[in-house]
Amino acid sequence: MQYKWLEISVGLFVSVAIAALFFLALQVSNFSSFQDKGSYTVIAHFENIGGLKEKALVSMAGVPIGRVSSIRFDTENYDALVNIRIDAQYNNLPTDTSASILTAGLLGDKYIGLTPGGLDENLQEGDTIELTQSALVLERLISQFLFNSSDKDD
Amino acid sequence: MIIFFQHIGQACLKSIEKLGRASLFFIAIISSIGYVLLRPNLLIKQLFSVGVLTFWLIAISGLFVGMVLGLQGVYTLSTFGAESSLGIMVAASLVRELGPVVGALLFAGRAGSALTAEIGLMKATEQLSGMEMMAIDPLKYIIAPRFFAGFISLPLLVAIFSAMGIIGGYLAGVELLHVDSGAYWSQMQASIDFDADIVNGMIKSIIFAWLVSWIALFEGYDAVPTSAGISRATTRTVVNSSFAILIFDFLLTALMFGVA
Repeated sequence: MQYKWLEISVGLFVSVAIAALFFLALQVSNFSSFQDKGSYTVIAHFENIGGLKEKALVSMAGVPIGRVSSIRFDTENYDALVNIRIDAQYNNLPTDTSASILTAGLLGDKYIGLTPGGLDENLQEGDTIELTQSALVLERLISQFLFNSSDKDD
Repeated sequence: MIIFFQHIGQACLKSIEKLGRASLFFIAIISSIGYVLLRPNLLIKQLFSVGVLTFWLIAISGLFVGMVLGLQGVYTLSTFGAESSLGIMVAASLVRELGPVVGALLFAGRAGSALTAEIGLMKATEQLSGMEMMAIDPLKYIIAPRFFAGFISLPLLVAIFSAMGIIGGYLAGVELLHVDSGAYWSQMQASIDFDADIVNGMIKSIIFAWLVSWIALFEGYDAVPTSAGISRATTRTVVNSSFAILIFDFLLTALMFGVA
């Protein structure tokens, strides 16, 4: 009887610990969004990605529909080559969809916003998004603003 | 002058010798894993005294550490108007650092010291030699089940500590100070990564479990078999495991999060 109680308490302890692990995995981390229900990858070239990171969000109309899977420097075109993984359920994006790098809030993370085009054909695995807009680089904006205002003075 | 250098040399040789004995001790424990697996009731008894009896300490400490994090987090973040990031702050600090480190320190104080005192007393009352006389290897029968029980318990306790802490942060931040509940969970889920944060925290806790169990059992086994010797060994267990935990935590953090 004594030994049985010992076994029960150890069993309870281990189950509580495993429940805590599940809690951490499912409720606290983004483990559930890891489940890949199928996806396809499209490519986009950007002149300047300005701090976009891998795993950054890809959204359309503000709704997350995919993630950035990899970022490389393209030695042929001297620009950034971004691979975008989009969930398979959103497989009807037009081929003239445009992509721009945006910032969440004033100091937030960079993400890619997609804007749908009007063509009937849909983006397939390995297609390239032709219309892209680079990230806004704050220094460049400020210098443009300064030079413009100094031109006006002349 | 020569005596001075002789003392330094003696101290070095002694510590190297102790490290060597500790390594042999560890190898002996690891090689008796089969013995322990064939006798699961030895392991279950030790899981009870090492793990289950530490459960309430860990669960309640975790809850209160989380609640303090929640209060302090809201206090600091509200100066930036960023209370909605409370969930990230609480979860990241608990899962990455506080869970493994504070959990292991508490474990060293509660279970490690008890293991050292128990083994030390067994040595002082010649129970260990008695077992050897009966052809029972005390390393296999006494030490190894305690080591594996500690090695299994601490990672589980750390998971409980982190989970309770996150719930504590929720109670203090959301229920008490009215941070938005949806923001607490969704911001947390968006920025806590399973591989980078939770798995790394678990790896930390496994390494701390190895350190604390090893140090506690070795200090007990190596204790001078007198009451003063046992008392000193118990102190050494808590001090040395705390040092080892904090130093290894720095090294592991540098390896895991330091190099971007």
